[in-house]
Parts: sequence; C-alpha cells; structure tokens
Amino acid sequence: MDLIITSYCQIHEKKVVLNDRLIYFMENYLTFADFLKSVYKQEEINYPKFYKMDSVSKLGFLATELVLREKPITGYRSDAMGVVLSNSSASLDTDILHNESIKDRASYFPSPSVFVYTLPNIVIGEICIRNKINGENAFLITEKFDGKVLDNYIRDLFLNSEVEACLCGWVELLGNKYNAFIMLVEKAGIPENGPETVFKPLRFTVENLNQLIERN
Amino acid sequence: MKPVYITSDNIITSLGFTTAENMESLNNHISGLKMVDDPRLYPSPVILSLVATDLMENRFSGILAKFKKDTPATHFTRLEKLFILSISEALSKTGTNPNDPRTILVISTTKGNINLLEERYKAVFNHRRIFLWELGRIVAEFFGFRNAPVIISNACISGLVAIITAARMIQTGQFEHAVVAGGDIASEFVISGFQSFQALSPHPCKPFDKERTGLSLGEGCGAMTLTSSPIASEEPSVIYAGGAITNDANHISGPSRTGEELSLAINRALAKASVAPDEIDFISAHGTATLYNDEMEAKAIGLSHLTPVQVNSLKGYWGHTLGAAGLIESVAAIHSIRSGRIFRSEGYDQPGVSVPLNIIEHHESKPVNRCLKTASGFGGCNAAIVYQKL
Repeated sequence: MDLIITSYCQIHEKKVVLNDRLIYFMENYLTFADFLKSVYKQEEINYPKFYKMDSVSKLGFLATELVLREKPITGYRSDAMGVVLSNSSASLDTDILHNESIKDRASYFPSPSVFVYTLPNIVIGEICIRNKINGENAFLITEKFDGKVLDNYIRDLFLNSEVEACLCGWVELLGNKYNAFIMLVEKAGIPENGPETVFKPLRFTVENLNQLIERN
Repeated sequence: MKPVYITSDNIITSLGFTTAENMESLNNHISGLKMVDDPRLYPSPVILSLVATDLMENRFSGILAKFKKDTPATHFTRLEKLFILSISEALSKTGTNPNDPRTILVISTTKGNINLLEERYKAVFNHRRIFLWELGRIVAEFFGFRNAPVIISNACISGLVAIITAARMIQTGQFEHAVVAGGDIASEFVISGFQSFQALSPHPCKPFDKERTGLSLGEGCGAMTLTSSPIASEEPSVIYAGGAITNDANHISGPSRTGEELSLAINRALAKASVAPDEIDFISAHGTATLYNDEMEAKAIGLSHLTPVQVNSLKGYWGHTLGAAGLIESVAAIHSIRSGRIFRSEGYDQPGVSVPLNIIEHHESKPVNRCLKTASGFGGCNAAIVYQKL
C-alpha cells in the first residue's frame, strides 16, 4: 500500500520547522517551558488546557497543532484516525519530577496532576482529546528515532485495522534536550492538498523518514 | 491474513512462577493480595500482591546455570529477572527459536526499571538501565534474539497492545513467530502516585462490587509465544482471532462517561474475529475496581450486546499488574479456553454497576470456545482481543 506524508512539523534546536519552512526561531530563552509558551503565543493557539500539560505533552501537542493547521483532518471519521508516537525516554522527564516529590519523608507530597503524566502515552491522549481522534493508538520506545520500527507499525495499521489516516512520529524530551517530529500519514491517491499549502507530499518510506528527521 | 496460534505461555505473580501454579491458586480460591508494611514501598501499610523474592532468586540462579551465563544475578534488576524467568518458561514449552530472523520479541511495561530512581540503586546500576530500550536490550540479549525488540509503553493496556502488535506483524507476514512479554514491579514511585489519586482500596479490591473503593496494585510478568505455523500438540489449539485499540478522546485520567469507545474496540475485535456477541463464552474484563472504570466497562459491555455473557475480573487474585496485566490475564483466559474452567470474580458480592452484568460468582466447568479480553487505561486508551479455540 502506498502511503504518503502530507504534512510534518519538527521542533528542535530552538526552532520550529513546518513542512520544510522555518517558522520560528528563538535564540535565547530561560527555560524550555518558556520556549514552548512562546511558540504557543506566536502561533496564536487558543487552548487553555495547554498550560496544564507536562512539557513532553506540550511539545507533542504544539507540533501536532501545526501539522494539522496545514493539513486538516476534517474529512475523516474520528474513529478512522490513529496516533502512533515513539521516543527514547518515555516519560522520564516528568518521572523525575514525581520522584522529587517522594524523596523526602518530611516533605512527601506526590501530586496526581504530575503523576498522571508519568506515562508516555498521555501525550497521545492529549492529542486525541484536542482533535477528537477515537481510533488506534500506541506508544513505542526506541533508543533513537527508528524509521523502520515506525514504518512497520504504521504499515500494519493501514493494512490490518480501520485506520485511514494516522498522526505519527517522535516526541522526545529529557532535561534540556528535545526533539518533536510529527507527521500526518495518509493513503496515496487522496485528493491533493488545498491551494494554500506548498508542501509536496513525500512517500512514507523508511528512507524518507530517516532523512526527513535529519533534514532541518 | 495468516492465522496466529498461541503455543505456550507463562504467568509470574504472588501466586506462583508458572501458569499451572497460578491457575491452581485461582482454582483453590487463593488471593495474593496482602497488607504489606514495608517503608521501602510506602510510608504506611498498603494492600499489594508481591512476587516472593527468595523463590524468585532461587529460580533465577537456576536459569543463569541453565543458560550458562557468567553474569552474577546481582547484575540484573528485579524486573529484568521477572522478564527473563517468564520468557524462559514460555520458550521451554515450545519450538520458538529466538535466534531465528523470523522471530520478534515484543515487550510491554508501563514503568520498567523505575525503582532505579531510588537513591539505594544509584551506585548499583548504570543510569542507562532506567530507559525502557535498555531493559528490552538486556532481556533480548539474554536469549539471543536476533531482532531488536519492539517495546510498548501504553499505560494499562500495554499488554494487550503488545499482543495485538505481535499478532498483526504475524498476520501481515512481517514475522512468523513472536514472543510477547509484559511486566511491572511494585515500587514506591507507582504506589505513591496511585495513592495521591486516592485510587487505592484499603481492602483487597472488589471489582464490579457495590462496595468497591478502588484498585489494589500487584507486580508480575506474563509471556506468550505466537506463531503462524504451530507444531502438532495434544492440547487444543487456541488462536488470536482479532483485536483492536481505541481512544476515548475525553479525559487523560478519567474513563469515558459512556463506554462507547471501549465498546467500539470490542465491536472491532469481534468483527475481525468474525464472531457474534452471543458466540462469546466469557469476558475477562479489566475490572480494576475503581468506581469509574468498572462503571464504564459495564456500559461498554452493554453497548456491545454482551450483558448475558459471563464476566470476571482476576484483579482480586493478583491485583492490577499494570504492564503485565494484559499478558497475565490473557494467558489465564487462554487457560480457561483450554481447560474449560472459568473462575470466580474474586471480591465480588453484590451488583454495583448501572448495567446488569453476569458476573461469575463461583468457579464453573463448561466448554469455552471464545473469550473476549478487554483493558482500558490512562490517556483514554482501550483495547480488546478475542481468543478462540480451533
């Protein structure tokens, strides 16, 4: 089955790249949270729940917002859409926060609003809530971005489930190192993008995946 | 699509180290849930189902000798030991060869070696050990798997996602054989988190009961081998007949208000298996015993026209084992299909959900041809699988 990448966004190294275009760059910022907030404001996203999310969810959420802004998924049934993400550190960045709250018996204050984010698939939940996606979802762990693992998983979904379009990619954050690379994958032969988009769809292949994440 | 046969399995919980030991405990109405007073796990006593450490260490020494490993047992974490023990039993009962390039290992866990964040382990294990891919690498290397393992971390449905993932890879011909294993350990990290949610029951959990007040945590590991080409066996063949995953798109920690999305996963799994609701002989539910989960599940079972079907939750025996739950409970369901023995939903006394369910109150022997297994978890995820006797 021929699959194509119809929109993608990468957030890493202080910049936001949307479908090959650098749309945001911030040379200096105090914290990663400031950087994310600044992207959120600059892109005029209005979704107050954003502020409640942990950093890795914010990262995945922002990249997805931009992907879908360029290529909306309104033509699909909510249960025909899937989300499959992967990363290296699972939720370790937030795990460390939760762990800090239980280290000291004298100040033992584990918080449910932190603990709920100590699972990597919560970012998928956030994306599904925002975009009303009810279909297949999975979170995979690989040491480094692995186009082959993702390609295998996504191809099986298109062949062997009700998925007709799928958001997929990589959402990694640990300390001050971050990289989000999210794309929309659709079946080849669907109606072309509207006139406002300039991105020429790329074939969804292991080679293209591994090259695309290094391109920007 | 190629058929997917389940050829062998293992369960490790507080109730034993083999599937047979665990099923015998269930049959004898033994629950592994106990009040545990261990400050390394939680500042105050808490109900848990824990794997017996001394027995685990004993068995693990045996496995090191069997596999001719020089690495001392102290170089493996508790969870790695559980995974290795579980996979080694599953492999010992089948012809699946880890070294075969057509074999894939799929691992499910929610938190992996999360206990390594504790100070007492910092000097003992390399910091890489906390990463789930490193856990996967160590387990795969132990058995000499040729392919890198696929690692799934998808909250409480991780185990079912791992089985569905492995089955799909066999169905589409990517691989011919798969070993699927799921595990998680009891840790202060997880116990304190669930406690902060006020999700833990002060008594052993009571799934679907009117008096249920929350879940009980457990630890363990489960494993199964899947193949498209089984060797002849005297036991009846059981296959993975179909499975599906959905998302509520409603709330990250609260389940759906309607159960529609779990129902959708169930309907899709039934359709994949070409099975009608009245052909299901029993349902192995997620049944965590939280107020909202069990209510949502009951609604989903109703929406899928399955209310007459007998249902149990096995969490009253070994607690909620998180990333292991899907594996352990699937293996138990498959055992029920093979043996024709279905088990009481431990902890249940009186109806406590808004949709009347046919909860199994006493062990029963009856022909079981098809079982539906379900699970739901944080992040709004749901999964369902149909297992079937050929």
